[in-house]
Amino acid sequence: MIEITSLYKKFGKVEVLKNLDLTINQGGIFAILGPNGSGKTTLIKSILGMVIPNKGEVKIDDKSVIKKFEYRNNINYLPQIANFPGNLSVSELIRMMKDIRSTESSDKELIELFDLKPYLKQKLSHLSGGTKQKVNLVLTFMFSSDLIILDEPTTGLDPISLIRLKELIQQEKEKGRTILITSHIIGFVEEVADQIVFLLDGKIYFKGSITELKTQTNQDDLEHAIANILMGNNA
Amino acid sequence: MRSRWSYVYFLFYLVLGFVMLFLNNDVSKAVITLMNIIVVLTPLVGTVFGVMHFYNSREFTELLLAQPLKRSTIFLGQYFGLAISLSLSLVIGLGIPFIVYGVTQSSAIWDFSSLLLVGAFLTFIFVALAYNMALSNENKIKGFGYAILLWLTLAVVYDGLFLISLLVFDDYPLDKFALIATMCNPIDLSRILILLKLDISALFGYTGATFKMFLGTNLGMIVSLFVLCLWVAIPSWFILRKANKKDF
Repeated sequence: MIEITSLYKKFGKVEVLKNLDLTINQGGIFAILGPNGSGKTTLIKSILGMVIPNKGEVKIDDKSVIKKFEYRNNINYLPQIANFPGNLSVSELIRMMKDIRSTESSDKELIELFDLKPYLKQKLSHLSGGTKQKVNLVLTFMFSSDLIILDEPTTGLDPISLIRLKELIQQEKEKGRTILITSHIIGFVEEVADQIVFLLDGKIYFKGSITELKTQTNQDDLEHAIANILMGNNA
Repeated sequence: MRSRWSYVYFLFYLVLGFVMLFLNNDVSKAVITLMNIIVVLTPLVGTVFGVMHFYNSREFTELLLAQPLKRSTIFLGQYFGLAISLSLSLVIGLGIPFIVYGVTQSSAIWDFSSLLLVGAFLTFIFVALAYNMALSNENKIKGFGYAILLWLTLAVVYDGLFLISLLVFDDYPLDKFALIATMCNPIDLSRILILLKLDISALFGYTGATFKMFLGTNLGMIVSLFVLCLWVAIPSWFILRKANKKDF
């Protein structure tokens, strides 16, 4: 379970998160939505300890995570932009990540799943954007952790890989894991997410299921419901 | 480090060492010439590589930050990785020609070792300073500019200011001032250290003479080595402090 209380973060003069409170229970798929610059990535990075909040508390399973590092053993994170050191090959990178975490990894199955075998010996700087994203996905899913955080997982993926990604997310959900996803692709969110967390101006604007969001905004589809919030008709 | 540049750097010192030794035919003279090159060049290379390495490995750093690793492990690992690799290029690159020349049998072996030691120290110091600059500046151009400016100040401008102040305040006793001012610049300090070792410090003007008079050769060397260690330790500590507060 993740418990965030009055999280506050500003970059220079820009307040990104304004005393945000959020509780996420164990198990299920949570989509974090919000317009550009609403603080989605900052929120995720605060959970990961990459951004150090000015104020507030982040607890995972009742333990504060600020300035700790061991807890990340139980988190898999897919960064938004897949940039890797260009002078390493795919298999070297995977081996390195396995060295960092001593837990068991399912890299072979995932390489098979995303058809990455022909690229294993290639340098990462020579890969296309979509292939890099697949490597990114392999690195994220190869360890089994209770919390999985995906920042824009669909970027650059071809339809087949997208289907496999969705299957993978469902499998992880069935194992009782918590999955946080940010995405701007509404169709994808509607298909996979159980709960929606809507961020606006550094605060949680809405938290609940997709159906609840639709009823609250009197809209039939999710896309319009979200547009409705953004245009302030509902405020 | 899997970098072509560290090999280029290594080859450069290899060639430089051979040229110096076989053209000079005198180890002492070669050491002095090499010293003049090393005290300016190792800081510059350390600075440039330090800044470039930090900005180039940024994505990789972010990848590591999401893993169960301590921040201090990540940043100190990167720092020592680069500094050690650059120092090895220097030590091995210059070491081979000197061994080929037969320096191990001559009395100049200690002069030569102190030269390498100082070069390694300067590499560690300036990589640390460059990392600090890069950590505090998100903007690459700015970070690069400040780091180069720092090198320029310590390598060139500092000496000028130092000399001017000695001339201007000629009427006052300046021994202590000169001593402290030298300690505050790792490049000057390295130069003094080697000159003390070569036992020709009296030739090297005011600071060298003061150093020798005040501290004697042995104590002078111990003190200057200690100060060089401080010059590595303090910027490294700043790296840790900055890295622990920074957002990625």
